[in-house]
Amino acid sequence: MALEKTSRRNFLKGVLAASGAVAASVAPQQACARDTLQRPPEGLGLLYDATLCVGCQACVAACKQANDNPAEFNAMDKLWDTPLDTSGHTFNLIKMYRNGTMEQKDSELNGFSFMKTSCMHCADPSCVSACPVTAMFKDPVTGVVGYDADACIGCRYCVAACPFGIPKYQYDSPTGKIGKCELCRHRHDEGHYSACAEVCPTGATLFGRTEDLLAEAKRRLALKPGDWATMPRGRLPAQNETPEQAAKWKGLLDQSYEAQVGNYLQHVYGEKEYGGTQVLKLSAVNFEKVGMPNLPPKSSAATSETIQHSLYGGLIMPIAVLAGLTWVAKRNVVADDKAALSLSPSPASGGGAQKAGGKS
Amino acid sequence: MSVHSHAAPEPVGGKLFNTATFILGILVAVMFAILIVRFIFGLGAVTNLNDGYPWGIWVVVDVVIGSAFACGGFSVAMLVYIFNKGQYHPLVRPALLASLFGYTLAGVGVLFDLGRWWNFWHILWPTYANPNSVMFEVALCISAYIIVMWIEFSPVFMEKWGMKVQKQKLEKVLFFFIALGTLLPMMHQSSLGTLLVVMGPQVNPLWQTPIVPLLYLLSAITIGYGIVLFESCVTAAAYRRQIEMHLLQPMAKVMLGVLAVFVALRAGDLIVRGALGHAFAPSLEAFFFWLEIGCFLMPFLLIGSQGARRNPAMLFLAGCSIMMGGILMRINGFLIGYDTGLGVDHGWNYFPSIAEMLVTIGMFAIEILAYIIITRRFPVLPREEAQAAH
Ligand code: SF4
Ligand code: SF4
Ligand code: SF4
Repeated sequence: MALEKTSRRNFLKGVLAASGAVAASVAPQQACARDTLQRPPEGLGLLYDATLCVGCQACVAACKQANDNPAEFNAMDKLWDTPLDTSGHTFNLIKMYRNGTMEQKDSELNGFSFMKTSCMHCADPSCVSACPVTAMFKDPVTGVVGYDADACIGCRYCVAACPFGIPKYQYDSPTGKIGKCELCRHRHDEGHYSACAEVCPTGATLFGRTEDLLAEAKRRLALKPGDWATMPRGRLPAQNETPEQAAKWKGLLDQSYEAQVGNYLQHVYGEKEYGGTQVLKLSAVNFEKVGMPNLPPKSSAATSETIQHSLYGGLIMPIAVLAGLTWVAKRNVVADDKAALSLSPSPASGGGAQKAGGKS
Repeated sequence: MSVHSHAAPEPVGGKLFNTATFILGILVAVMFAILIVRFIFGLGAVTNLNDGYPWGIWVVVDVVIGSAFACGGFSVAMLVYIFNKGQYHPLVRPALLASLFGYTLAGVGVLFDLGRWWNFWHILWPTYANPNSVMFEVALCISAYIIVMWIEFSPVFMEKWGMKVQKQKLEKVLFFFIALGTLLPMMHQSSLGTLLVVMGPQVNPLWQTPIVPLLYLLSAITIGYGIVLFESCVTAAAYRRQIEMHLLQPMAKVMLGVLAVFVALRAGDLIVRGALGHAFAPSLEAFFFWLEIGCFLMPFLLIGSQGARRNPAMLFLAGCSIMMGGILMRINGFLIGYDTGLGVDHGWNYFPSIAEMLVTIGMFAIEILAYIIITRRFPVLPREEAQAAH
């Protein structure tokens, strides 16, 4: 009877310990909430303006060259690089939206439009949050999201996590790597900026500081569609750029030209999505229709890390739960021993087990 | 409690080589052959993985589901040592054994899937590790748990090899490992669900929720009890032993209790988030959602009454049904409900290749083979009073 009571009391303690553990693991503590990260002030990026893009794919070819990537063949004659989507060997692609008769450029109905697909260099990248070995990392100054194959274990969690479907694994190789745009960071030291922006004939892809690019995008949205306006090409100089700063980059300083203002949607894609991205986009056709997902201002990395930090921040909760469990288990394992219930057979039956063990 | 439930464990004995072990052996050999191709020519040579589905059954079935199936040890140990239900003790060792293999293989199975496997150690190396990554936490806890389980199980080997002193020493601190062995699965079973969170809107709202860690934890516990029901029935049939009905019956009741909490949370969460509409869309996702929910509700029909719980067949079916529900929930979240929404034309598709399936089957074959060998040679299953099984 006495034993019964103790065990009931212990049972209740077990219930308490376990429900405490579960409750603690559910309630996300405010202190641990991880806010959506914002773009670094000097962050670099691209501005892609679909209304200026003529679909020449010069940027696709330049990207292949800059990254030493092989051509991918999908057409009958294997003459041209014809990737159907970005892949482990294609980091940049101009995709096309088509509707009906396709008469009018930049029209949702009976029209067509182009859209660039390459890494958005998110302010709060899902790929960086996902990567267990820091092989995906965000430069604290330039904000460029880089990849380190020597660290990568090839788990492809970054591939699953990225909302833009950007990192891609090279399944065709036993030592495959992840392939993705790194904003041509390997060319920056030599003074070269993004190859895709360097070659773009219309300035549809423009390189620069994201803050400047955002101001440029807003300038375009304020213009009257159909009017003629000056459009920069290549690299957008930073506001109040000194000649020394400008000297860091090769290429002509001013390549601007006159172009007709597009019929923009009043939305700079990437200004707020998931806390913002360093690559910004303008389009006349609904962004979802041209393959840019509708994303909330809160990043999923923030949601995920808030959960993780609430549960494991400073290991406080696991240690507290472990202490509780240890305390309960200690009592119960001892009680077990007395009642001959422990993992080991009781002295009486232990011999039997030994004998049986020896028999086999 | 009566004495009969506390019979000491002893080896089952009997031949190791028979038709069953022979077939299992062939399946394992096939698996190794495929793996050789995989390691020489790359993942693309044997799997149907693609840019829209970077994770296939090697991750979702072998690791996410495989480890959930290995929760029997955790679920029963929790009942015995944390809730002090000593009468379930005879179930601990067999359940722990299955868990041990389930987890160890899940750990090894990860290597087959890693595209740059020779770097695998980076995940536990401080200069590489990323503590913000859910996968890092899962990897750390699973590795630690595998070690803890081997320690928890080591008295079995010590008994067999007559290492009395070491065994006594270990037993003095075993309570700590038991506590750790309860904490670690709680941590990573919930985190296996949290893996989905960072994927954001790519996961259908039926499976994408901030309480996904709690849902995965509760479902892993119920699967743990389900698998014990399943294993006990299968072991009893295969070794022609008695079914431990006096234990399974009340345990099934505990299982139903946890399951009820789980189902209530699952439903409440869908309603609160306003995601229930997706369940009525004419889609594959909705169909599989209802299939999953059906599997989780079935046990209430099967063994809801005291009378039905006395029927071993019903217990077995209820165990199977919970396992099915757990399988579906994980496949649904990671594969069927996952869509990048960015594929060319009709989007991405994934269905495992034959080779992929054979590797997964081979992994389960290793597990069963090891279970047979160990239970026949080591003191794991409770001693059978009535007859010997040969
Ligand atoms: S677009 Fe994708 S790959 Fe690029 S930074 Fe964002 S999450 Fe990472
Ligand atoms: S595949 Fe490589 S880069 Fe991507 S998450 Fe895994 S380890 Fe990180
Ligand atoms: S920045 Fe460089 S790597 Fe990225 S899309 Fe442009 S050319 Fe390709």
